[in-house]
Amino acid sequence: MNPRRKKRMFTIIAVLLGIGSAIGLTLYALQENINLFYTPSELIEGKGPNKEKPFVGQKLRIGGMVVPGSVVRNEESLDVEFKLIDTGPLVTIRYHGILPDLFREGQGIVAQGVLIEPNVIEAFEVLAKHDEEYMPADVAEAVKGIKHEKPKYNLNNGGY
Amino acid sequence: MWKWLHPYAKAEKAYQVCNTLMPYFAVVAVIGLIVGWTWGLAYAPADYQQKDSYRIIFIHVPSAILSMGAYTSMAITAFIAMVWQIRNAELAVIAIAPVGAAVAAIALITGAAWGKPMWGTWWVWDARLTTMLILLFLYIGVIALYHAFEDKGAAGRASCILAMVGVVNVPIIHYSVEWWNTLHQGSTITKFDGSAIDSSMLYPLLINILAFACLMAVIVLMRLKNEILEREKHRPWVRNLVSGGKNAV
Repeated sequence: MNPRRKKRMFTIIAVLLGIGSAIGLTLYALQENINLFYTPSELIEGKGPNKEKPFVGQKLRIGGMVVPGSVVRNEESLDVEFKLIDTGPLVTIRYHGILPDLFREGQGIVAQGVLIEPNVIEAFEVLAKHDEEYMPADVAEAVKGIKHEKPKYNLNNGGY
Repeated sequence: MWKWLHPYAKAEKAYQVCNTLMPYFAVVAVIGLIVGWTWGLAYAPADYQQKDSYRIIFIHVPSAILSMGAYTSMAITAFIAMVWQIRNAELAVIAIAPVGAAVAAIALITGAAWGKPMWGTWWVWDARLTTMLILLFLYIGVIALYHAFEDKGAAGRASCILAMVGVVNVPIIHYSVEWWNTLHQGSTITKFDGSAIDSSMLYPLLINILAFACLMAVIVLMRLKNEILEREKHRPWVRNLVSGGKNAV
């Protein structure tokens, strides 16, 4: 390779490495802030090296798995309350509105809302988080031993 | 070692190789798209949770993967164009950019259309969606930069530099779902312990990815041919080509 090309190549590689490490360091520094949501244990026990806890009244997002059997619906309105879990403590979510299609007990969700008590969130948005598994219904039944169905709603009380 | 590549640095030779390759890619693309889409959209079983909504995967995933693939190849051609100063490589960068931008846009739009019923929102500023949007902007930046200069030599160099610098975004997109909490799900096909997708859905998906890649190759080759002709329009071989070889000037 002639010297001019070699010089150009090393210049380009050096510039790319420089930019790459600059962006890498920036992202590393911002690591905690890029996360879309708190997990329930981060909310209760604090997050990051300083164990920072969100304060009551703070607007935040929380993501976790809906605890099976914890979903309580109001017979009269669209109010719904459920508990979220990841590995440790439970967090209660209150929500008024229509839940997304993929909302199920045992399913991951991300809720956005206001922390009204240290472990209670009044959510104004609930998003279902889908996992990366795709399979036909019969395979799911065979592998997981569960029949996945949308939860049954009583049509009389204004469900969807 | 690379001696056999040298002739293709000449515009005429590159034009000819584009012509030779195009029909093969075109055949695979047409057959692949017909088979892949009919299989995926009509015959593959419905998902156990999402029912038929998941079928957008057969468009969303190929376009998302290939928008990243196209960017990587664009960056590689840009690198070659800068280091060895090969103009054909520079033209290839310009040929790839709009095609990549189109598939990136398709990936974002189909993703939003799927996200509304499944997640409950069109858009969320999580790491995966945001980095993907940046990829689209990088493509648009490369195109815009090329057209911003009168002097096509300077234009080519500027867009090559942007194309190369932007490549750091590609691994960030790929790993965004692992490094951070995102609403977007993790990778399905490239999971370590085998694919997380049933084979009855995986095969049509793979066929679609191959077909999309070939379709993009065809479009890129067509665009590259045009760029070569445009850049070389005063050369005798182009005049020969246009006049059918009758009245060479």
